[in-house]
Amino acid sequence: MERNQLRRQVRLMRQSLFDQGFLDEQFVQLEELQDDANPNFVEEVATLYYRDSSRSLQILEQALQRNPRDFNKLDNYMQQFKGSSSSIGAKKVKADCQQFREYCNAGNAEGWQGKLGQSRHHVDPSNQESHQQPESSLD
Amino acid sequence: MHLSNGMGSMSTASSSGAWKSGDVVTDQFPAGLRVLVVDDDPTCLMILERMLRTCLYEVTKCNRAEIALSLLRENKNGFDIVISDVHMPDMDGFKLLEQVGLEMDLPVIMMSADDGQSVVMKGVTHGACDYLIKPVRIEALKNIWQHVVRKKKNEWKDVEQSGSVEEGDRQQKPSEDADYSSSANEGTWKNSKRRKDEEEETDERDDSSTLKKPRVVWSVELHQQFVGAVNQLGIDKAVPKKILELMNVPGLTRENVASHLQKYRLYLRRLSGVSQHQNNLGNSFMSPQEASFGAMSSLSGLDLQTLAVTGQLPAQSLATLQAAGLGRSTIKSGVPMPLVDQRNLFGFENPKLRFAEGQHHLSSSKPMNLLRGIPTTMEAKQLANLHQSAQSLGAVNMQVNAHGVQNSSLLMPVAQSQPRGQILNETSGNHVPRLSSSMGHPIMSNGMSSGVSGRNGIVDSGRGGGYNPMQQNSSMLNYPLNNSSQLPCNSFTLGSTPVMSSLTSKGAFPEDVNSDVKISSGFMPSYDMFNELQQHKSNDWDLQNVGLTFDPSQHTNSMHNSLDPSVIVHQGFSSSQRGGQSGSVGKALFSMGEGSHLGNVQNTSQRLNGLVVDNTVRIKAESAADAASQTSFFHEQYGQDDLMSALLKQQQDGLGPAENEFDFDGYSLDNIPV
Repeated sequence: MERNQLRRQVRLMRQSLFDQGFLDEQFVQLEELQDDANPNFVEEVATLYYRDSSRSLQILEQALQRNPRDFNKLDNYMQQFKGSSSSIGAKKVKADCQQFREYCNAGNAEGWQGKLGQSRHHVDPSNQESHQQPESSLD
Repeated sequence: MHLSNGMGSMSTASSSGAWKSGDVVTDQFPAGLRVLVVDDDPTCLMILERMLRTCLYEVTKCNRAEIALSLLRENKNGFDIVISDVHMPDMDGFKLLEQVGLEMDLPVIMMSADDGQSVVMKGVTHGACDYLIKPVRIEALKNIWQHVVRKKKNEWKDVEQSGSVEEGDRQQKPSEDADYSSSANEGTWKNSKRRKDEEEETDERDDSSTLKKPRVVWSVELHQQFVGAVNQLGIDKAVPKKILELMNVPGLTRENVASHLQKYRLYLRRLSGVSQHQNNLGNSFMSPQEASFGAMSSLSGLDLQTLAVTGQLPAQSLATLQAAGLGRSTIKSGVPMPLVDQRNLFGFENPKLRFAEGQHHLSSSKPMNLLRGIPTTMEAKQLANLHQSAQSLGAVNMQVNAHGVQNSSLLMPVAQSQPRGQILNETSGNHVPRLSSSMGHPIMSNGMSSGVSGRNGIVDSGRGGGYNPMQQNSSMLNYPLNNSSQLPCNSFTLGSTPVMSSLTSKGAFPEDVNSDVKISSGFMPSYDMFNELQQHKSNDWDLQNVGLTFDPSQHTNSMHNSLDPSVIVHQGFSSSQRGGQSGSVGKALFSMGEGSHLGNVQNTSQRLNGLVVDNTVRIKAESAADAASQTSFFHEQYGQDDLMSALLKQQQDGLGPAENEFDFDGYSLDNIPV
């Protein structure tokens, strides 16, 4: 009862994440990789990602503030970030990264700033962690 | 483990071609495949590891390229395949790719979130057997075993082919093909070629065909020994048997040496393509890394150059690209190698190279730089020669060396200058004599052909394959590699010379052209591409050569005026493209390696071709025009600016370190009026 309710909630949350475009197919792939031998795989990966992404975002911010801006470096950082975001299925973040890179190419620093803020929001653990926790606790 | 053992047993059990998917090595295959994953992103690394484990592979992960390399070196034969990310902070993925290819000869799969065409192309040219776009799906990983199988199959064939290496006329093609086993067409092309080659020779094959040699890991020391032996023998005379004797390493077989030699030649070729660029840049010689031929850089350089040559790239971009490309691998110093090569080109058909007149000034300043790198006296001479011939910009013109003197001189420097260039030196040195003999006279009209032949001879030797010293027309092309002197490649003069355009024309670069033949670096890139192509298609060269043989005579007069020495490289390049533009010269140059390939090699060359053609066309028009307009002329050439920028971008993206290396002294992008 209680449990079923939780499960349902998790399911709904998960679905909404997909619907809102936060997650994509790749996340499903990760879920499929999880099995009895690796019950917490998704959670582990997500944790790793959050840690890594916050570091990446930090680096990005620092690089942005530096003057003159080294767009090449910024581009590289962004490329990295995009890679990990896409691997975890973070669709919106990935899209943001793509835009970032475009701005980077165009040398548009302000665009960067804006995007960075947006990406932070997208990566915000609260968006997804809450999704993770219930699932693992239900197991 | 299973794989290698299985393969071995497979081979012994049956004769060539026995390796069939049906007769898998073990029942489990591809399960148990030993994969090494390299990625600095922990998230991706974890996901990949999980996926690979799900595929029942044995996974080893590491997040730094250096660690990966040491792991590979320590456990020779401990891995079957390597998967590496492109963008890594400590070492560029492509560099790792090359190193692995050279030292361990393992299939390497590149992956990246970047799916830009240029990056993927880079993967191809650097020898990656596949390229995965992130996010990587498990389905993509399920089939990676095919690359292991394919490589083993090709290797086996390489062994068979190795006998052919010693045959004089054989072109070195097949073994190099193995590097590109991933692409289907290449595979088929190679296989068919290989089959053809195989038919030609009978003796050597028998020994090797039934035996599957255990994989030999080419450690740095072993490779050093190898290079030493090759240099001692002379690149064109270096045959596996002799190298083996000189190396005197127990347990090493002739086949091992043969296949490694092929790779090495390929590497040199790439370098020479790159060096052409560098020549313009001036001095720095690429310091080749023994272990990793630095092919990476040359490759990239070449690509750039080729592009540059085509006139697409503004001189500056060429330079940058070149730098990036060159820088990557090891060339820190700058241009040394390229210079040499370029010079060769210049020497060859200066007149041919007539690149944009404008180049003139560029070249004049540049050539000096080029020469600088080259220790020998030749440099000065070369330069002079180059100027006269108004050859293409960079090394490309080397071909022009046809002038006879020029060639030799050009070659000489090559030989001497590079440290890395051991091989290059060898080759150049060797070639020089050849060229001289063949060249007899200025390239310009007939000289070209002879030069070409001479060139070819060299090229061939470089190739390791059939060396036809004087093949009069065909040889030109064959010689693309080492000295990159192949003019066509020269177009690479990095950025410096807009020349590209000038090439087209007139074929024979008039001796009068004093401008420095700057080989546009742009050409390099194409060269690089062509290298591979060339290997396969030595035939193409022949065709090209013919073209080359230039019709300098025809153009002689016109060349002078319009052609600035700087133009050089491009010339070869463009002409070949056109097929007729500049007369044979352009063709020859181009065909030298790149040019012809361009035509043939649709893939990478596509771009170049387009570029070249455009350039050549333009050049023609312009050539008559004037020296002054070179820059402007060149601008026009840049129809393909976007190409260049794409390249540049790519370079910038991927090449962190490369930029540094790009230190072409002579090559001041700024100078280039473009």
